[in-house]
Amino acid sequence: MEKPKFNIAVTGLNNTDNPGPGIPVIRGLKESKDFDVRIIGLAYENLEPGIYMRDLVDKTYQIPYPSSGKEAVLERIEYINSKENLDFIIPNLDAELYTFIQSKEKLEKMGIRTFLPSMQQFEERHKANLNEYGDKYGIKVPFSKSITNRRDIEELKEDFEYPLLVKGKFYDAYLAYTPEQVNTHFNKISAKWGLPVIIQEFIRGTEVNVIALGDGHGNTVGAVPMRKQYITDKGKAWGGITIQDNKMLDLTKSLIKQTKWRGGMELELIKTNQNEYFLIEINPRIPAWVYLAVAAGQNLPEAMIKLAFGMDVPNYSEYEVGKMFIRYSYDLIGDIAQFGSLSVTGEM
Amino acid sequence: MKLKRNIAISENGFLFNPETGDSFIVNPIAKEILNYLEAGYDNEKINQLILDRYEVDLVTLEKNMEDFFTMLQHNELLDR
Repeated sequence: MEKPKFNIAVTGLNNTDNPGPGIPVIRGLKESKDFDVRIIGLAYENLEPGIYMRDLVDKTYQIPYPSSGKEAVLERIEYINSKENLDFIIPNLDAELYTFIQSKEKLEKMGIRTFLPSMQQFEERHKANLNEYGDKYGIKVPFSKSITNRRDIEELKEDFEYPLLVKGKFYDAYLAYTPEQVNTHFNKISAKWGLPVIIQEFIRGTEVNVIALGDGHGNTVGAVPMRKQYITDKGKAWGGITIQDNKMLDLTKSLIKQTKWRGGMELELIKTNQNEYFLIEINPRIPAWVYLAVAAGQNLPEAMIKLAFGMDVPNYSEYEVGKMFIRYSYDLIGDIAQFGSLSVTGEM
Repeated sequence: MKLKRNIAISENGFLFNPETGDSFIVNPIAKEILNYLEAGYDNEKINQLILDRYEVDLVTLEKNMEDFFTMLQHNELLDR
């Protein structure tokens, strides 16, 4: 039987030391034995490395930043769809999810599917809402508070002990030992990601992560726990290893069951020396280390496409423990003509 | 004392704890003791085996064994 072929648009092609999940997602999709894909890269900047990986990305279009407004993004996608006849879009960056979740119906009218959490699922797991989230779903979370003004910093000593974490609403987290350091981080983060800035209790322990895929009905299609082995100065995993941790898997499955999570997710947890788990963040999308899960036996990007197209979906219950990933940098050679083409026409 | 069942020890003394993701390199005697533990021997039997094979007095051996087990416990390698 002939395999179906899907035209899939993927964002997050920034495969630098702060990598987006685009390239590892594409690697997973290309390894599918049940369907073929043509990959259309959606890039924000013309030096995102994924654009130049021609064995992985068949065609790239530049798209406007989400800050340009939903209409501008949709207009561009409409144009790209007229050329590429898109079947599916995988947005891979937190900051663009709002636009894509809100545009679900408009995209469907264009014949483009997505597999994303609902707006309610997306909103309630925001870092600023984590305390309520923990109470609602019975998960321990570090105490946190959102602040919108520098004047609030002095009052933090009433609720927090130092050190504490200063976090941006989308990205970035810094440890601060003094109010002065909080002030510095507050300024840096608010300038980059806006307000509020989240102040979080610092829990001592080991950071562990789980990648998972929920089918939207409360079932966990797959889940793989990992421990970071090497973290860059941007706090990103440069190496990691799959671990056998049933508590983490139970916690993930319980959360997906209760929230009926739809789509990919990453749970960031701290495991204390007393073997307690604190949820510090939920990323509402596939994380950049997804290819480790693929290599360990769970091709979650492939499963996501199968879910969306009503194909038989595997129910992954196993994965290989002790599977490692190590990132590396590699000089891609491009030509100024490629760069020029993208800069002038917005496509390549 | 029981070594956790899923701990993997390679021929060259590389030990991997799949629950925590920690890995260790152990010296040949530590590897020997871990193999005994894996085989299910109790402390008394292990002490006897070491005493038979190496030139060591019982007091020194027991002190070192205690340190070693504390280290194993600390690194979550033993069943509680």
